[in-house]
Amino acid sequence: MSAIICKDLCKTFRQGEEVITGLDNVSLSIDAGEFVCLSGPSGSGKTTLLNAMGGLDTPDSGEITVGSQRLDQLGKGELADIRLNSIGFVFQAYNLIPVLSARENVEFIMQVQGVPAAQRGQLAEQVLADVGLQGMETRLPAELSGGQQQRVAVARAIASKPRLVLADEPTANLDTHSAAQLMDLFVALNEDKGVTFVISTHDTRVMGYARRLVRLQDGRLISDEAQQPHGMAQA
Amino acid sequence: MGGVSRIVAVLAWRNLWRNYRRTLIMLLAIGIGVWAMIFMSALMRGMTDQMVHNGLAVLPGEVQIHHPRYRSDPSVVNSMPSPTGELLAALEKPPVSAWAARVRVPAVIASERDSRGVTLLGVDPAAERALGSLPDEILQGRFLTDAADRGVVLGASLARKLDTELGKRVVIMSQDPDNNVADRGSRVVGIYRARLASNEEQFVYAGREVLQQMLTIGTAVSEVAVSANDYRQVDSWAPAIEDAAGDNLEVLTWMELDTFLSSMLSMQDGFTLILMVVIFVALSFGLVNTLAMAVFERVREIGLMQALGMRPSLILYQLLLESLYLLVLGLILGNGLAWLTIKPLESGIDISGVAQGMEMMGMGTTLYPALAYQDMLMSTAVVIVLGLLASLLPAWRAARLDPVRALNKT
Repeated sequence: MSAIICKDLCKTFRQGEEVITGLDNVSLSIDAGEFVCLSGPSGSGKTTLLNAMGGLDTPDSGEITVGSQRLDQLGKGELADIRLNSIGFVFQAYNLIPVLSARENVEFIMQVQGVPAAQRGQLAEQVLADVGLQGMETRLPAELSGGQQQRVAVARAIASKPRLVLADEPTANLDTHSAAQLMDLFVALNEDKGVTFVISTHDTRVMGYARRLVRLQDGRLISDEAQQPHGMAQA
Repeated sequence: MGGVSRIVAVLAWRNLWRNYRRTLIMLLAIGIGVWAMIFMSALMRGMTDQMVHNGLAVLPGEVQIHHPRYRSDPSVVNSMPSPTGELLAALEKPPVSAWAARVRVPAVIASERDSRGVTLLGVDPAAERALGSLPDEILQGRFLTDAADRGVVLGASLARKLDTELGKRVVIMSQDPDNNVADRGSRVVGIYRARLASNEEQFVYAGREVLQQMLTIGTAVSEVAVSANDYRQVDSWAPAIEDAAGDNLEVLTWMELDTFLSSMLSMQDGFTLILMVVIFVALSFGLVNTLAMAVFERVREIGLMQALGMRPSLILYQLLLESLYLLVLGLILGNGLAWLTIKPLESGIDISGVAQGMEMMGMGTTLYPALAYQDMLMSTAVVIVLGLLASLLPAWRAARLDPVRALNKT
């Protein structure tokens, strides 16, 4: 079953007089449970594609289907609902709400979803423990390291049990050790819970974890290959 | 509280205190603004109350009952019978707190040296005292003892102009119902002072029964003045008096009797609202700036919340709630300050140094600020409604931020 289907996606940006191609007829299908890396140099269209898949950005043309819903036909409010209920996001930075503690950040999506307090409290504690942050529930983001903050973001992304997690350069601000820990966590979630991961990165260490590597360049999909994951050690 | 409402409330509250210095400054500004609104309203209300009370003391009463033609021709021909039966019953029960039947006719008063046209008031001193319509101060002698007192009480200014004094005799002349001259000599038993010199020259007090006898009108009177001690609520009880008076008498409220006073009251109420709006409009620039800065500093965070699935309406709600918290705290501060500063001043502020000319407006030299809950409620309503309206634009712009651009904002 396909988690995401992108068909002939095109997106251009205007930068002054210049028109920049973000996506150029990109077609791609990702099955549920896959672990996919979108790779390519800066400006290749990775983030644009990821944003389109997450309903954060609307393509100029083409179709995007997440689960059974055509994102390109939905309004802002409906897209927000899809992101809330079906997609987990992990960004490169500014992942957490600074005035909320680690636990409150994890509970944030569930609170907006309307999950009862007792249930979300239990889930939040469990996922924080799963990502190795037991005992740090009451800390504010400013009191956590970059790696710990990313773990909280992951905990938040998976706490509401989304079918799909989209991560944009999740290791860009992490040291090697923290990056390896984060990627191990992604792999475990993918393997144990069947969560579909789509990660945009130009970090070759991250690419080593993917079972499928999609390469983009100048907004075009230039290769889409299955690979044997080898982790960070062999990168 | 539901999960969504709770997290929005928590975010709004904590965000409010992220830049606590800015928040405290804004709070202080709103608090002082609210204080200024209420303080100015209390001063204006005090002035208005004083003007109306002074006006009503001269009028007197909040409701008057007359013969239907008395106001166009205030002669003794247009007298009315003293209240009896249903009307008397209505005058004797709450909310009426006092009433007085009086004879009021144009007359001439002559001393040994001069004469003047005056308004002769035949009063029952006890009833007038209850009504609060006695002269402000007796400078010499005494006021009338009862309705049968044969003396007269003159204003100080009139006594000067007549070149008469306490204990001297004066002659009062008017017309009886048959247009014959009705006159009598009376001794000056008292000299009074009024707030307005013009009143001192116009009104001469005599015993009601003495005047009724002089004018040969039996127990008839010119007017009945009625008070319930709340001039603002007169419309709620005047109709009952009107019903009891029947069709043969005219019942008018003070607003109909003294249109200047009533228009002053409406104008003061209008001014109070305008003043509040003007003060808050000035304040709202600070409020909008505070919220705009808060949004500007949190663009990425707002983008993140949108990316995580928070609907634009919830972002709008959160920012408006943040503004509401600020407004409510400012209101508490402002109302508290107003209460603390106005209450001690309610016993009166001496404005004699700046009060020259205030007499013309029916005011004295002491101003009594009046803290009214309706003014506090009005300032609260103005602050909340205008504050939220002013906050709407920055909140709406935040809610409409594009999440991708917001997340990439540097």
